[in-house]
Amino acid sequence: MFEFLYNLFGREKSGNVAKERLQLVLIHDRNDIAPEVMNKMRDEMISVIKKYLEIDEQRIEISFDREDRSVALVANIPLVNMQRPTRGRKAANGVKQQRRN
Amino acid sequence: MNCRIIVITSGKGGVGKTTTTANLAVALASLGYKTVAIDGDVGLRNLDVIMGLENRIVYTLVDIVEGSCRLNQALIRDKRLENLYLIPTAQSRTKDAVTAEQMLKLCTELRKDFDFVLVDSPAGIEAGFRNAASGADEALVVTTPEVSAVRDADRIIGLLESMGKAPIKLVINRIKPDMVKRGEMLGVQDVLDILAVDLIGIIPDDESIVVSSNKGEPLTLGSNSLAAQAYKNIAERITGKEVPLLDLFNQPHGFFSSLRQLFRKG
Repeated sequence: MFEFLYNLFGREKSGNVAKERLQLVLIHDRNDIAPEVMNKMRDEMISVIKKYLEIDEQRIEISFDREDRSVALVANIPLVNMQRPTRGRKAANGVKQQRRN
Repeated sequence: MNCRIIVITSGKGGVGKTTTTANLAVALASLGYKTVAIDGDVGLRNLDVIMGLENRIVYTLVDIVEGSCRLNQALIRDKRLENLYLIPTAQSRTKDAVTAEQMLKLCTELRKDFDFVLVDSPAGIEAGFRNAASGADEALVVTTPEVSAVRDADRIIGLLESMGKAPIKLVINRIKPDMVKRGEMLGVQDVLDILAVDLIGIIPDDESIVVSSNKGEPLTLGSNSLAAQAYKNIAERITGKEVPLLDLFNQPHGFFSSLRQLFRKG
């Protein structure tokens, strides 16, 4: 009887809880990449980008960003020598750089 | 027919790999296919007791691969059923006693003589599992409707895919229909939504399974229980026959059906 009333007032069934928890956990599990694979991917990305842009290899950050149910691969790749001398503009890494005279 | 080699695996331990291997081996042999079950769990020998063949062991899988005996000497023929054989494993050895190459070689050898080779894999994702799976073409993944088992099943499916096993089919074991109906257990569709893999059968949680392992008589040898039927259905589906899923959720309940069960078991 208590259970009935409890259910009536909207307690979520544990079967559903299990499903939701599993779906979340598996998003993480499935995107977990071994460190060596991650490093290899990083090196390959760098070698491709280097063909076209001058980048600051020391400050590259690559990570997985997880938000709710989605996962994104986020790469922060600072570029060097991309400032135009005429205007103070944002560098590619997002850090505001001021032109100094 | 061409021999098919199937590894039965799960990632998580204790979800019913060995029981599934034993029952499917019996069911396939009953259908007339020459079948051998291999215990791939070196060091934790169990398939022999589940099949009730523990007193017949002289040589083991390890003896075969080390060349201490011929293949035929370690093959135990089940006297209860034509077409059914077991290759037991060694109890006093460790997982590295059989390498992936040795397993592959043995499976290739067995291909000549058998219709089905079922390999019971150890739990886990390490060398023991990889070695057991190395000779197999296909895989059956056993899970139960619990978060830990489903999570591990997902991991093992990923590994099996990367090893090139196909098809990979799912067995959902130990379903408690009453709990599913109440919404307190993952249902069949829930598990399929999560794992996105083909289902080959569902097995109810059934006391008869405990009884059968107590006696060393796989259910598919002659029990009338629902679980026995479930295993027989899976065996038929493996052979390519289309058999509808058992309706676990509308089974008769109450005094009279219990009474009937009692007499059926007798």
